[in-house]
This record gives sequence, C-alpha cells and structure tokens, in this order.
Amino acid sequence: MIQLKHVSKTFQSGASSVHAVQDVSLDIKEGEIFGIIGFSGAGKSTLVRCINLLEKPTQGTVTVDGVELTGLDEKKLRQMRLKIGMIFQHFNLLRSRTVYQNIAFPLKKSNLSQEQKNQKILSLLELVGLSDKKDAYPSQLSGGQKQRVAIARALANDPKVLLCDEATSALDPQTTKSILALLKKVNEELGITIVIITHEMAVVKDICDRVAIMELGHVVEEGTTEDVFVHPQKPVTKDFISTAGNVDKIYELIAEKNPLTILQPGEKMVMLTYSANNAGEPLISYLSEAFDVKANIIYGNIDILKGKTIGKLVVTLSGEKANMEKAIAYIRERQVDMEVIQE
Amino acid sequence: MSFLYQIAPNLEPLGAELVKCIGQTLQMLFVSGIISFILGLLLGVVLIVTKKDGIMRQVAVYNFFDKAIDVIRSIPFIILMILLIPVSRAIMGTGTGVPGAYIALIAGTVPFFARQIESVLSDVDYGLVEASAAMGFSPIEIIFSVYLKESIPGITRVTMITMVSLIGITAMAGAIGAGGLGDFAIRYGHQMGYRDMIWVTVIIILVIISIIQGIGNLIIRRTTH
Ligand SMILES: Nc1ncnc2c1ncn2[C@@H]1O[C@H](COP(=O)(O)OP(=O)(O)OP(=O)(O)O)[C@@H](O)[C@H]1O
Ligand SMILES: [Mg+2]
Repeated sequence: MIQLKHVSKTFQSGASSVHAVQDVSLDIKEGEIFGIIGFSGAGKSTLVRCINLLEKPTQGTVTVDGVELTGLDEKKLRQMRLKIGMIFQHFNLLRSRTVYQNIAFPLKKSNLSQEQKNQKILSLLELVGLSDKKDAYPSQLSGGQKQRVAIARALANDPKVLLCDEATSALDPQTTKSILALLKKVNEELGITIVIITHEMAVVKDICDRVAIMELGHVVEEGTTEDVFVHPQKPVTKDFISTAGNVDKIYELIAEKNPLTILQPGEKMVMLTYSANNAGEPLISYLSEAFDVKANIIYGNIDILKGKTIGKLVVTLSGEKANMEKAIAYIRERQVDMEVIQE
Repeated sequence: MSFLYQIAPNLEPLGAELVKCIGQTLQMLFVSGIISFILGLLLGVVLIVTKKDGIMRQVAVYNFFDKAIDVIRSIPFIILMILLIPVSRAIMGTGTGVPGAYIALIAGTVPFFARQIESVLSDVDYGLVEASAAMGFSPIEIIFSVYLKESIPGITRVTMITMVSLIGITAMAGAIGAGGLGDFAIRYGHQMGYRDMIWVTVIIILVIISIIQGIGNLIIRRTTH
C-alpha cells in the first residue's frame, strides 16, 4: 500500500544541515498496522510526513496505493491526500467549529450530496462513540475525546491509509488504550492501513503487526512485532523492549548491588526471552537434567503481545565451564533469545 | 431639548453645524474604515503567508511590505497627511474636504491594521494549517477556512482598536479642511472659547466608540468557544 524507496530528507538551516531521514526503504502492506518507533529526534515525524508529502523528500520516491506521489503536481497531490488521513499528537481541531463541523470540514472536498455528508458525519460520530457530543466545541472535550474527533475527521473522505504521529503521546495510559482499541477497530472494520509513529513500546506491543525501529534517521531494524520483541538485534531495540516490560528493574538491582545479583566466579546471569511456543519452564529443568547446569530464577515477567504471551526470565547459570557452553548452545538452538547480563 | 440648551447654551445656535460635523466624521470613518479593513486584511494575509515559514513563502514580497509598513508607520499622521495631498489630488481630484482626507486616513490606518492582523493570524496554530494541508486543502482554501475563519474573534478585537485610532486621526483631518468633530472642537471649543462645545464633542465621540465596542464585543462573544 505504501512504498518508500531510498527516501532521504535533509533540512538546510543556514550553513548546517540536518539529515533527518536517511535512505529509508519500507514496504507497508495493505491492511496492516505498521509501527515506527524511535527516540526523540530519530526522524519519525519527518518520515511519516514524507508519506503524504507534507515534507518533500530530498531524495527517493513515495508510492501510495500504486500512485507515485513524488511525481505528482500540487493539484493531483491534493487529490491523493484525500486518500491519506492523518492524526496528530495535539489533535489540531478547529476551535471555532463544533465536533460536527470539524468532521464536516474535510467533506468540503467531497462531492457527496448534503444529505449524504450528514449521514456520513453521523455514522462517523457513532463509530468513534461521540454521538452525544456532536454540538460541543473542542474546548469542551477531554484529550481522548478530541483525538476521537480527529480520527473521525481523518476518516471522512474514506481514506485507504491513516497516518498517526504520536497520536497517543498526550494521553494517559487508560485513554491511550481506548484510542488504540479504536484504531484497531478502524483497521479491522474498514480495512484501513495504519501507520503509527510512537516512542512507546507499549503502543507497538498492543496493536502493531510489524514495526520499524528508527535511530538517527535510519531504519535500523524491521520485522513482525513478535520477531522484533523476541529476537531484538540492535541495542536501541533492546532499550525499547526493556522500557515496555519491567525487566529493566534487574539493572537497578545490579546497580544497587542487591545480594540476589552478586555472582560467584564462573556463574553467568542471562536474560531469556521466549514466546509461547518455546516456553521457558521445561527449558530450565532440562538444563539441569541434561547438562547439570543449575538455573536460578531471579526475576520473571510475562508480556502480552497482540494476544500472544512473551516471557522474560532473568536467571543465573552455574555449572562446569564445558557444560555451561553446551547449555548455552542448546538454549540458542531452541530459539530462545538469550542476552548475557553479567558474568 | 430645552434641558440640553440649559447645560450647553451654545448648542442652540451651533446645533446644525454640529450635526454637519458629526456627519463628516461618520462619513470619514465609514468610507476609510471599510477600505482600510479590506486592504489591511489583505496585507496582513500577504505578510503571514509569504513569510519564512508561511504557506506561500515569498521572502522578497514579505520583506518589501514589511519594510514599507515600518516606514509609513514611522511618519506622524499630520505630516503624512500633508505629504499625501498631491497623491490625493491625483487620485481623488482634490486635496481638501472630506474626499481629500480619504487617502491620508487610509494610508495612516492600513499599515497599523495590517500589523495587527499579522499578529492575530500568527496566533493560529500551525498544526491546524498542516492538518488542513494534509486533508488536501489548497493554500487559498487554508487562508479562508483556517486563518481567517479561526481568527474572527481576534480580527474583531483589532478592528475595534483600529477604529478607535481612526477616530483619533479623523479629528486631525480637520487641518486640511475635512471638517468633522475635531475641527468643530478646535473652532468653537478652543478658538471661540465655548467650553460646553468641547464637552459635547467628547460625549459624542465616546458614544461612537461605545457603539463600535458594543458591536465588537457582541461578535467576539458569539464567536469565541
Ligand atoms: N523543519 C525542520 N527544519 C530543520 N530541522 C528539522 C525540521 N524538522 C525536523 N528537523 C530535525 O530533524 C530531526 C528529526 O526530527 P523529527 O521531528 O522527525 O524527529 P522525531 O523522531 O519525530 O522526534 P520526536 O519524537 O521528538 O517527535 C531533528 O533533529 C529535528 O531537529
Ligand atoms: Mg515527532
């Protein structure tokens, strides 16, 4: 649905230039929810704004629904933008207009009849659960309600794609959940392809089918959410994953020199990440039976990832050196992701 | 009526003259007000869209108008008026009377108003402009549906301020024979020493300003949410 080919965006400010996006290629499929995650300044917003050409890429091509946007003139581009809805962190509702009028706003560009527009607005209000707020002004709404209006407005012209730039970053965790649930519903019921920019792993974990991780303008890692979660490759990815669960507490414990974390010579502390199909419990008893390696569980955590469970265990392994090596090789073979924390 | 003549004895002989002067002031306010509103709004919009981060970035255009506004604003009105007499003769066919004052009144008001419009429009959240661009709106549509529509309360507020300042300069237009309340106050209140006539002019001007502000406040209340 969306193809980015070697997209780069460089901002020139005086003598210095900022390479906000560098040689990014992505292929986002129809009907999927695609996450783009990265720390502040990684270039996520710039990248997503390149998709509807709010930012013109300095290099590369952007194709949406088979049309190469980078090759269009302004007029045709505006026509294509009707097919690409967008929502923002700060909602960007028109303050002088009611909820109803805000949703009606993009319909100025539509050639539906007045009555069809009215029906459309009412059904969108129902979809986002704000039928009773139709005559309220944005100043009378909560953040979550404002984002619902923004979503309804973005859907008014039946877009094929919905771009979300930090759409939940200004909301509390509970409201975030409800907005994500709404996006999921929009994706499933209307079949709209969704691109979500975020710096919260929890968002990706909840609804994204696939995810790309950005760092310094580059996409450094990309894959299905589960793969990336269970087998993270890059340090930045691991950072994000540890912020999503609470296993990073282990690092605090180590820093505090908690007695639990003090190792005897020859011991190793490792973090095991496993998904439901290679569950950890039998593994641990097997290590002791087959290799005579003792695994002492220090810390454990289970995450729910789009309905699938992802377990994380921090264990200290102790045993003969050769046995330890065999045990580790076995763990790797079982497709359980292992990270050595201390040795 | 007789009560009025008691507290302002000079009103009886000067009443007809006063009415004529009120008419001149209102005429100057109305004609130059409407023209200045249109030109100032246009210029304010041009400034906001052509500036560095504007939606129709044209730095040369912006710089030209930006400087021109500063230059005209720095000329005291009474001097600007005399400076523009030849221009008025060329455009209006006369440099005196009410018609001869229009050019100066407009030139004295537009730069002031345009600057205030620029500041009101720059308060419009750029996020709204971007969101509208993402929805497929053209720059012209964004000017009308976002910049102007969202700024109605602010535009009304600065229009009121500008009208009050315009009343102030119409009083000076008396110096080139445009008449009006300022001229009336100088001729009768000052030169002839009729103190009551000064008070009468002050009260009339206060009434005009109150009406303008009343209308303005009503619009602001109706359009602020
Ligand atoms: N219009 C601009 N002019 C100059 N530099 C810019 C502009 N927009 C973004 N940048 C720079 O590009 C880089 C990437 O910015 P971007 O907003 O895409 O990051 P981000 O990943 O969205 O960050 P955040 O999570 O803070 O929103 C930053 O270094 C930023 O300063
Ligand atoms: Mg951003």
